[in-house]
Amino acid sequence: MTKDLLHLGNASFSNRLFTGTGKFAANALIPKMLKASGSQMITVAIRRIDSTARSENILNFIPSDVTLLPNTSGARNAEQAVHIARIAREAGCGDFIKIEVITDMKYLMPDNIETLKATEILSREGFTVLPYILPDLPLAKRLESAGAAAVMPLGAPIGSNRGLETQSLIALLIENCTLPVIVDAGIGRPSHAAAAMEMGAAAVLVNTAIATASDPEAMGRAFDLAVRGGRAAFLAELADQSAAARASSPLTGFLYENPSTLVDSPQG
Amino acid sequence: MSFYTYIEQYHEFDFIKFFSGVTDEAIFRSLAKDTLSSTDFLTLLSPRASEHLEIMAHKAHRLTVQHFGRTIQLFIPLYLSNQCTNQCAYCGFNRNNSIIRNTLSLAQIEEEAVAIAATGMRHVLFLTGESPQHTPISYLTAAAEILKRHFASVSIEIFPLDKADYHLLQQAGVDGMTIFQETYDEQIYRRVHLAGPKMDYRFRLDAPQRGASAGLRAVNIGALLGLSEPRREIFLTGLHGRYLEFTCLDTEVSISLPRFNEAEGNFQPEYRVDNPSFIQFMSALRLFLPRAGITISTRENARFRDRLLYLGATRFSAASSTCVGGYSGSTAQQSQQFEITDNRSVEEVVAAIIANGYQPVFKDWDMIT
Repeated sequence: MTKDLLHLGNASFSNRLFTGTGKFAANALIPKMLKASGSQMITVAIRRIDSTARSENILNFIPSDVTLLPNTSGARNAEQAVHIARIAREAGCGDFIKIEVITDMKYLMPDNIETLKATEILSREGFTVLPYILPDLPLAKRLESAGAAAVMPLGAPIGSNRGLETQSLIALLIENCTLPVIVDAGIGRPSHAAAAMEMGAAAVLVNTAIATASDPEAMGRAFDLAVRGGRAAFLAELADQSAAARASSPLTGFLYENPSTLVDSPQG
Repeated sequence: MSFYTYIEQYHEFDFIKFFSGVTDEAIFRSLAKDTLSSTDFLTLLSPRASEHLEIMAHKAHRLTVQHFGRTIQLFIPLYLSNQCTNQCAYCGFNRNNSIIRNTLSLAQIEEEAVAIAATGMRHVLFLTGESPQHTPISYLTAAAEILKRHFASVSIEIFPLDKADYHLLQQAGVDGMTIFQETYDEQIYRRVHLAGPKMDYRFRLDAPQRGASAGLRAVNIGALLGLSEPRREIFLTGLHGRYLEFTCLDTEVSISLPRFNEAEGNFQPEYRVDNPSFIQFMSALRLFLPRAGITISTRENARFRDRLLYLGATRFSAASSTCVGGYSGSTAQQSQQFEITDNRSVEEVVAAIIANGYQPVFKDWDMIT
């Protein structure tokens, strides 16, 4: 059986749960959570990285076999996002960049227009760009043309734990984009993650729900199981629902029951 | 557009009558909501709601962990000058107080910056009195440029400026501001601000909006609790916070709840906020503004501050000196602006935060220039 891998840029991932470094009670919980969840990609805000000797450098808590996904949190426009991405690269954080441009501090909604601009620039500079967006199909297509490596639509506002409130819009992206669709925000429970994977999301990124759980290690494990379950269901094509719909044809079945009913064509 | 138009709506409002009509059922209804209206907020500020403090505190804790995680952002205040042309009845820097006055030279600011940076602090808040002669905008921008070399984030707590001057400071490296209205009650405001430019209530009220529109990414507001009826003050502080969230969408809004402490001059505040009321106010603010930062200074004592970690606090000042030149010893010992009651060192504050199961965050911002 071929391995079910997710390819992004030059990297491949067998685990489809991406995690984050924010909101933990202690940085020392991060490596434990990574081990328990099997997550191979973790996002970190460049603005949080502090290389001064006095305080903890968050990067020291991320094992070398886990891919770093620096993010541009704090950027208010494309120019700032581009600047932060270049800082990340210079700091040795690799070529991955999650573009987060947020101009709304109340709901933390991404600014799709500035995100597109930053994607265009950073893709040209050879970054593996993962833009965080409101799920908008025309935008996703433009991000595709701009060279994004994936799109990261939100399920619900960041940190809201409300699940897949944008489900039908995400479904459009999954159906119509060639890029991997990674559901990024709002996933509050393992069942939300499973639902996203069942729909055909390529991966999910979960931070708040793991970091703020009483036991982040155990919650990381729970999310790993949910993501695997959802992915397995997607690959198995969830055959039952469509089979049920095909079993009877209340609207068109008559066509094959009694051919004579077709002789009388409709009036007018 | 000004927050003043919102305050005007409450000029005739009978708070006592409203509070006397609050029922337990109304409190539970307000507590059950995800998004609180201003009426819900006021309901939770009622004396009757203090009987349901534990439920409020639990919800405040849950929302804080959800939005901020188990983390606390640390910053350190740095007093540059106690020169002041204002006569504020409650303040140690009141121009009529005969205290040793001093303004740090740029070389002394550098010394203080080095001393503070050695403690590991990465976010600094610099403060002055209001004296255009001693601390003109050119001095403030020069100070910001020096501090920017030593810290990841530089904020100001100074007199209100016009938008152009806020922009100059932003260009010099300032990314946030704190400005307390002191009291939202215009009459009391006039009574306690006896002379000097601070007498202009409206200019101060609109300052956070001007700062935000000039490009500052964070504003911190508050009322000095004790000057006026505190439930009304907290209510208007919360409304001011919500107003700023709406009008300055790209700005992070934080709230302080400074309680009265003794300063020079022996001012006796008319109101005292006890600990249960303080926690009720803080919880109600958290429920009303789930994403707003809540800043707790060293006005509060160590033991109490540590408990506030669980009740909505997101930012602590640490190792605070309210004297000019207080860190490097670069000037003679002087009078404080107010008395601090948490005298712990940065190490001690950090150790206590960790012992309480929280992560002290030294840096969560970098100025992109």
